[in-house]
Amino acid sequence: MTEAVLDITLALVIVAIGWRCLTESDLFSASVAFIAFGLALALAWARLGAPDVALAEAALGAGITGVLLVDAARELGRTAPDPAEGDDTVRVDRPSADGDAAG
Amino acid sequence: MSGYEPYMLAGVILIPLALYALVAHPNPLRRVIALNVMGSGVFMVLIGAAARGEGPADPVPHALVLTGIVVAVATSGLAIAIARMLHRMSDDDDDGGGAGEP
Amino acid sequence: MPPGSGPGIARRAVAAVIAGLLGVVLAWAVLDLPSGVGPLAGPVRAGAADAGASNPVTAVLLAFRAYDTWLEVVVVLAAVIGVLAVARTRELTARTPPPADPLLTWMTGIVAPLTVLVGGFLLWLGTSAPGGAFQAGAVLGAGALLVWLSGRRSVTALRAPAMATLLALGAAAFLALGAVPLIAGAAMLDIPEDIATELIIAVEAAVTVSVAVSLAVLVIATRAGDGDGGDDA
Repeated sequence: MTEAVLDITLALVIVAIGWRCLTESDLFSASVAFIAFGLALALAWARLGAPDVALAEAALGAGITGVLLVDAARELGRTAPDPAEGDDTVRVDRPSADGDAAG
Repeated sequence: MSGYEPYMLAGVILIPLALYALVAHPNPLRRVIALNVMGSGVFMVLIGAAARGEGPADPVPHALVLTGIVVAVATSGLAIAIARMLHRMSDDDDDGGGAGEP
Repeated sequence: MPPGSGPGIARRAVAAVIAGLLGVVLAWAVLDLPSGVGPLAGPVRAGAADAGASNPVTAVLLAFRAYDTWLEVVVVLAAVIGVLAVARTRELTARTPPPADPLLTWMTGIVAPLTVLVGGFLLWLGTSAPGGAFQAGAVLGAGALLVWLSGRRSVTALRAPAMATLLALGAAAFLALGAVPLIAGAAMLDIPEDIATELIIAVEAAVTVSVAVSLAVLVIATRAGDGDGGDDA
């Protein structure tokens, strides 16, 4: 019974984080949400008896893809363009001074 | 509900959501994210299907998904590299009124 | 998203309808699945140890379906070639590492050697327990990236011939694994059972090195090179 609750809750959490990834217009937040998505997914793989896949997902899916996305979000400008402008180019947003020193 | 079904249904929900996001968002980075989420949904269905049955899980879909994860990372890396280069090129000729991307 | 904007309301409506139909069909298929594992699970588990790896996932990857893993390694190599082509460079020696943060440097001094240990252990363990080449390669690649982020050169110190060799090592190992039996008269990738485990570990080691360097190159090469006009630090 408790296992079913755990599985249903984890599945709901995964869908919720996935929804957040897809609908968040700030690229940096979406990328961070994707890292969280990868980690929750690694938990799901562990629950489903797939430890090899869990290791790979945590390292590659959350780790490497997350780094690629966050790095790109910094360069491409933090906010996706307003669709109402009908413009596909992204305006470069100078990153704020706090917390970006490690880049 | 058995142990694997919540995850398979979560995957089934994520696949069409991510497919719609892939079409609806013009931003290349959001498309890369949507593609990855869609792939993850497919993996959830595969590994959930591998966990049916009483004993240990079926290792063949695990190998497939492992390959899929590695290929997804490589593809995302290339897509992001192209998107960033396009962005730099469009920034360079912004004063010339160059197009951002097709 | 505000309605009526973006890539066109008609196109988005069509996409929504198709996605919805896809979801319905998938849900129906999933709920209709018979229970019980697939037919390949039993034979794979029974034959894994003889094929060279008692971890059945590694046996599938490196013994039963080695051809697919070979293609996967080639795909990674192709992606890295693409990224280097986009960056118009054959080596990364011109890239300067980001400025060093003292806390990160200290942490890297502890963590980076651990990644070598963990990566090597995962590689060795992969034949008999969860682990394997790709996991180990990811851990090693992360270690190399940490070293670079803390201000030292790591992968960017490699000149073009050395970097190309390391990148192609995994695909080359698979090529050898496939060509040698073929030349000797057996089928491609048909390795003798008595040395299967050793050969698998050898190929996995090559793949680990390739994957580690590939991942580090993927992350570093996408950044704007010095003088490229990007706003990276």
